[in-house]
Amino acid sequence: MRVVKAPGVLVPGVAAWMAGAAAAFAPGAAFAQESDGAQAIGYSTDWQIYFIDAASPIMERIIDFHTFVLIITILIAVFVTLLLGYVMVRFRAGANPVPSKTTHNPLLEVLWTIVPVLILAVIAVPSFRLLFFQDAVPEPEMTLRVTGSQWFWTYEYPDNGDFTFDAVMLQDDELADGMLRLLETDNRVVLPVDTNIRIEITADDVIHSWALPAFGIKTDAVPGRINATWTRIEREGVYYGQCSELCGINHGFMPIVVEAVSKERFEAWVVEAQAKFARNPLPAARKIAARGGRLPVDVMAREDAQHSGLPREDAQHSGLPREDAQHSGLPREDAMARIHTE
Amino acid sequence: MAHDATAHETADHGAPPRGIGRWLFSTNHKDIGTMYIVFAIVGGTVGTALSFLVRMELAEPGMQFFGANFQFYNVVITAHGLIMVFFMVMPAFIGGFGNWFVPLMIGAPDMAFPRLNNISFWLLPPAIGLLIASVFVDGGITGGGGAGTGWTVYAPLSTSGQPGMAVDLAIFALHLAGASSILGAINFIATIFNMRAPGMTLHKMPLFVWSILVTAFLLLLAMPVLAGVITMLLMDRNFGTAFFDASAGGDPLLYQQLFWFFGHPEVYILILPAFGVVSQVISTFSKKPVFGYLGMVYAMVAIGVIGMIVWAHHLYTAGLSVDTRAYFVAATMVIAVPTGIKIFSWIATMWGGSIEFKVPMLFAIGFIFLFTVGGVTGIVLSNASLDVALHDTYYVVGHFHYTMSLGSLFGIFAGFYYWAGKMWGRQYSETLAKIHFWLMFIGVNVTFFPMHFLGLAGMPRRIPDYPDVFEGWNRIASAGSAISAIGLLVFLWLVADMLLRGKKAAANPWGEGATTLEWSLSSPPPWHTYQDLPNMEDLPQAQEEHP
Repeated sequence: MRVVKAPGVLVPGVAAWMAGAAAAFAPGAAFAQESDGAQAIGYSTDWQIYFIDAASPIMERIIDFHTFVLIITILIAVFVTLLLGYVMVRFRAGANPVPSKTTHNPLLEVLWTIVPVLILAVIAVPSFRLLFFQDAVPEPEMTLRVTGSQWFWTYEYPDNGDFTFDAVMLQDDELADGMLRLLETDNRVVLPVDTNIRIEITADDVIHSWALPAFGIKTDAVPGRINATWTRIEREGVYYGQCSELCGINHGFMPIVVEAVSKERFEAWVVEAQAKFARNPLPAARKIAARGGRLPVDVMAREDAQHSGLPREDAQHSGLPREDAQHSGLPREDAMARIHTE
Repeated sequence: MAHDATAHETADHGAPPRGIGRWLFSTNHKDIGTMYIVFAIVGGTVGTALSFLVRMELAEPGMQFFGANFQFYNVVITAHGLIMVFFMVMPAFIGGFGNWFVPLMIGAPDMAFPRLNNISFWLLPPAIGLLIASVFVDGGITGGGGAGTGWTVYAPLSTSGQPGMAVDLAIFALHLAGASSILGAINFIATIFNMRAPGMTLHKMPLFVWSILVTAFLLLLAMPVLAGVITMLLMDRNFGTAFFDASAGGDPLLYQQLFWFFGHPEVYILILPAFGVVSQVISTFSKKPVFGYLGMVYAMVAIGVIGMIVWAHHLYTAGLSVDTRAYFVAATMVIAVPTGIKIFSWIATMWGGSIEFKVPMLFAIGFIFLFTVGGVTGIVLSNASLDVALHDTYYVVGHFHYTMSLGSLFGIFAGFYYWAGKMWGRQYSETLAKIHFWLMFIGVNVTFFPMHFLGLAGMPRRIPDYPDVFEGWNRIASAGSAISAIGLLVFLWLVADMLLRGKKAAANPWGEGATTLEWSLSSPPPWHTYQDLPNMEDLPQAQEEHP
């Protein structure tokens, strides 16, 4: 896996300072460094051609079922290709100058209708079983609330002291050695392993999609609607995902980072996080702008200037703090509190 | 049946008028078909240029051309999709080949409503004009203008997410293109039902005509829904309604339901005419009638009908209830059955034939192989349980390009080479065309096959920059794009070569296998054909040898 080279190979002092700065921005990252033992990196590697290793029961079953379907589809494709190749060689004009006039073969026609139906039935049964397995959230032990905004994610832990924080992508110059470009955020979502976690996903402005390949999760974040899914993380590690529904200018730059830790570590982190995120100092969009991030300021200014004549507060899509954030349908007292305490 | 058609025949109708008026005021199906094909070549060239820009941007991690102008990247992918769908594939198949060959194949003197035909075409240039204009408003290319919503124009990104004029202009472009398609569909249905020559019963119609008939019905049912849903968008954007605004009682998913109620039939609108063309070409170059003609006809009808009721498989991750998803899984899988019937029937048509590998046949065989690949990835995606992992990744991009970029496009090229001599009276260069075929076949496979790997590995769609691990396959995909771009240049050269230096085409350059009516006419056909209606009983049997 290619990772970002630390600029400080040449200037060690700067590198150390950079790493420190990044760690300050990224408590999750610092936390990961403390933890012991083998850390899974839940993301693709160079020249990857198949799914990454599963970290949840859902993804395990997706991989198993997909492999089953893949084998069937490869067999079909190979069968058709061989048939096509045989026909092209055997019945080329040189080899078969006089064409037959056969245009019917009832048995054949019935066969190539019935056999695909049977194959589809063989696929459909496990498909439905997996679909209903994915849908039925087992008795949840905790809940994570996720809200997508242009262009960051906000996370809430209602069962662990109800703290909340934003996760904004780290810019290239904020990355410490070993960090993945376009995938790291300032705050990581820390979750315990071996715990049934209910995940409620919504959005603030436009549609986003919260996706984590290692968990087999991809759920659209739709304004005014809470979509629930679940996971049970089976291995400690850091898992990456990216927004998976086109959400505007910085759609490619709102990654998702989940750090899965032991239950004990999670409890320790919760205590830390409750203190740290009691008053979230700076709304995320302001943070991006303050750090000269990827927010195209000229576009924001232009959109403000062209703001339609209609009195629609919710037309504020510029990425600036949104007082109308409550239309997400989630109880967002803390989000409101954050805005008012500034 | 159609005795009146010859009643008004007069000598001065025999030659086309001179000058621009011939094209501007044309009511002649052949001239209008030619304009559609020229329009599609222009649209396809622009659409290819846009896709090439995207592939060059994605050739390696980091930003190559777009800098920090991510909005323009979104505008480019949006325009690529809209142009290829509305201004390349549809004009080529339905307006171009449909106009040219539906009347010729059924023995009709022209389309049922020639003036309607004229307006159908002439709505398209202003439509693409509006789309192009949308790029240059709101600050233009460098100032973050243009519609960067994706071709699906999902609300609320397309409402509160994109103020200004650009999306409005794009919506108007779709309104005009949609009206053009609806009028064209009415014309084809009326023509096919009412203007068949004596003896040309529905069950003797060439499969290409059947494919256009089914397509026309899909257009007639789906396009008004598109017009409605984008009008609702327009209202939400400009007049304070809230159809899709959750904060005011609307529902963003309503947009997706309505859009895909149009959008899924639309993908069959793009591929069904390719089925028709491929059937004609395979039969011609195998020198055999199509195997299982009736099965082929009703497979297309079945695909059309089922294609109307599977739209929500585009919404598997949007939060539909599990029972809804289960229904759409079942319905979507069923489409594989009639599609399989078609694939096997084409191979059975070749079986026992005496196959000549002229370029139209190469594209048709390429179509079968590539559509099979796109079809089996479609079976994978039809499972909502698997779609969770693949939705909105490059796997989907690979899948729909295998069916549309490779499927529809190879169908278009098969038709182009099959009928070029008939349309222009000049034969293309077989050598150049073979070079074109191989460049395209290699180029598109190198471009799109690695996308399955990228998607399985988790790379999302519609991102201007990607994590470094995806570099390898992206480089290869971009190299493939360069190969097909060269293929396009060879094609444009070939067209110029054909028009300027091409040998005179024979009435029937393909020999005994070409049995449909258009091959009984000169190349090019007279400006007005069938002033005396052909009688099917007098002609070599076009399709079925009824045993």
